[in-house]
Amino acid sequence: MSLRIGTGAGFSSDRLDPAVDLAAHGQLNYLVFECIGERTLAFGHRDRAQDSTRGYNPLLARRLEAVLPHCRANGTRIVTNMGVANPRAAAEVAVAVARKIGWHDCKVAAVFGDDVTALIQPNTQLLEGMSVADTGRTFLGANAYLGADALLGALDTDADIVITGRVADPSLFLAPMRKHYGWAGDDWTRLSRGTVVGHLLECAAQITGGYFADPGYKDVQDLAHVGFPLAEISAQGDAVITKLARSGGVVDERTVKEQLLYEVHEPSRYLTPDVTADFTRVSLSSDGTDRVAISGADGCARPEQLKVTVAFDGGFLAEGGVSYAGPGAQARAKLAADIVRERMTSVHGTNAPVRIDLIGVSSLHATAKTYRTDSQDIRVHCAMRASSREEAELLLWEVESLLCCGPAGGGGYRGAMTPSVMTYSAFVDRGAVPTSFEVFGG
Amino acid sequence: MSAPATMHTGSVALRELAHARAGDKGNRSNVSVFVYDAKHYDIVAQQLSAERVAETLRDLVHGPVVRYDLPALHGLNFVMDQALEGGVNESLNLDGHGKSWSFLLLGMTIEL
Repeated sequence: MSLRIGTGAGFSSDRLDPAVDLAAHGQLNYLVFECIGERTLAFGHRDRAQDSTRGYNPLLARRLEAVLPHCRANGTRIVTNMGVANPRAAAEVAVAVARKIGWHDCKVAAVFGDDVTALIQPNTQLLEGMSVADTGRTFLGANAYLGADALLGALDTDADIVITGRVADPSLFLAPMRKHYGWAGDDWTRLSRGTVVGHLLECAAQITGGYFADPGYKDVQDLAHVGFPLAEISAQGDAVITKLARSGGVVDERTVKEQLLYEVHEPSRYLTPDVTADFTRVSLSSDGTDRVAISGADGCARPEQLKVTVAFDGGFLAEGGVSYAGPGAQARAKLAADIVRERMTSVHGTNAPVRIDLIGVSSLHATAKTYRTDSQDIRVHCAMRASSREEAELLLWEVESLLCCGPAGGGGYRGAMTPSVMTYSAFVDRGAVPTSFEVFGG
Repeated sequence: MSAPATMHTGSVALRELAHARAGDKGNRSNVSVFVYDAKHYDIVAQQLSAERVAETLRDLVHGPVVRYDLPALHGLNFVMDQALEGGVNESLNLDGHGKSWSFLLLGMTIEL
């Protein structure tokens, strides 16, 4: 009987219904929610600084409320990094949600140790080549990427839910494999294989047809109801990636290959806190409809140091736009762009760079190339980062004022101000990052 | 390029032969390219060199471009440094992750 692990989320705002489907029908041993990005974590630190009961994933309660009845009925344990910058508060929320649905002895374990904020000093060197002080920014917090070993103690308690902060994404999946099969911490072959499986699962729909469909080239059935993946994993670390039969999407060698190299740099040396995995030796084969068998990964010893994300306040991002359509739209849009640039310097004296894209002419790829177009429906999209809200607001004001003061026929102004974060990286020695866990409820 | 010229020179967009996916870490982008049909792997690997990608994207990619080959998977992984206009934290591009960079490569041409 193989170990069955499903993905409940692949990023902080991921969908709920595919997770519920998997919890109800996946016959899973574990359901893993991966919900942290570098920016998510920075925002978590900011939220916790404002309110000590926050800093975890905002969808935590909704997610748990939706899947817990199924997980309880099916004996499926949950592993998640939805604790973000505050695993303790998240664990308390989890206990409360479980009680709310009548699960009074639900046991929740929170894993600690990733928060290394106290280790960061003004003279701490960042991989980007400067010190923390040199950034000139307000430091928010820092987190080390923990490995699967940090979760083993919590899993040994038979907790129904294990909540962490920053754990390397594949490690969230590798931990239940190690627990289930008893793989040793230096069994580099099996840890590599499990890491490959974790890496393939960690982005949820990205292996089941999401971030993939290209009509006429890569068609995907019922993408609107794309299912999340699950893996059937053997004691040797070989696995089959699949999805629920009646869910939308596709799992085939193409989706698996694309996800295998997603955010991977040197494929023969994929570094995690657990192992240095060699992806070049992975072999894939079809094992029926929407089933791909994975085998062959190998690897060697884990890195000596842990990677740390160091988060800073990033000021504000202002984005505002206005549209022009019909004959001469391109000339009117260009005139509008020129006016915004001119006034941001001559009237407001701001030095922050302003980027203006003509959506419909050239935007995402504008720096790399110009596509030929005679578009008559163009959005002037303006963006600027500023250290203060007041300065960022100047851009929105200028774009909005084009309605009355700019070229003919401008309409559809929208503007948004987004608080921004900056993240850099550093390394710390493993010995400086002790981990622990605590059990709540039960 | 006009359609007749395309046929005359035997040049096709990479998208006709391969699929691709983009990922980001900081200001570094990686785009993996996989041929649909193994018979096109050698010709794509031959023509889609790291140097050519760097030259084609020189206005966007300011650091080195390194290509890692995965012949067993019929794939090529391009790792491009200083390729995201600062990365998602700093970029003013609507696509600060460079999710659409895969289609920059798929728009390049291969001579068959």
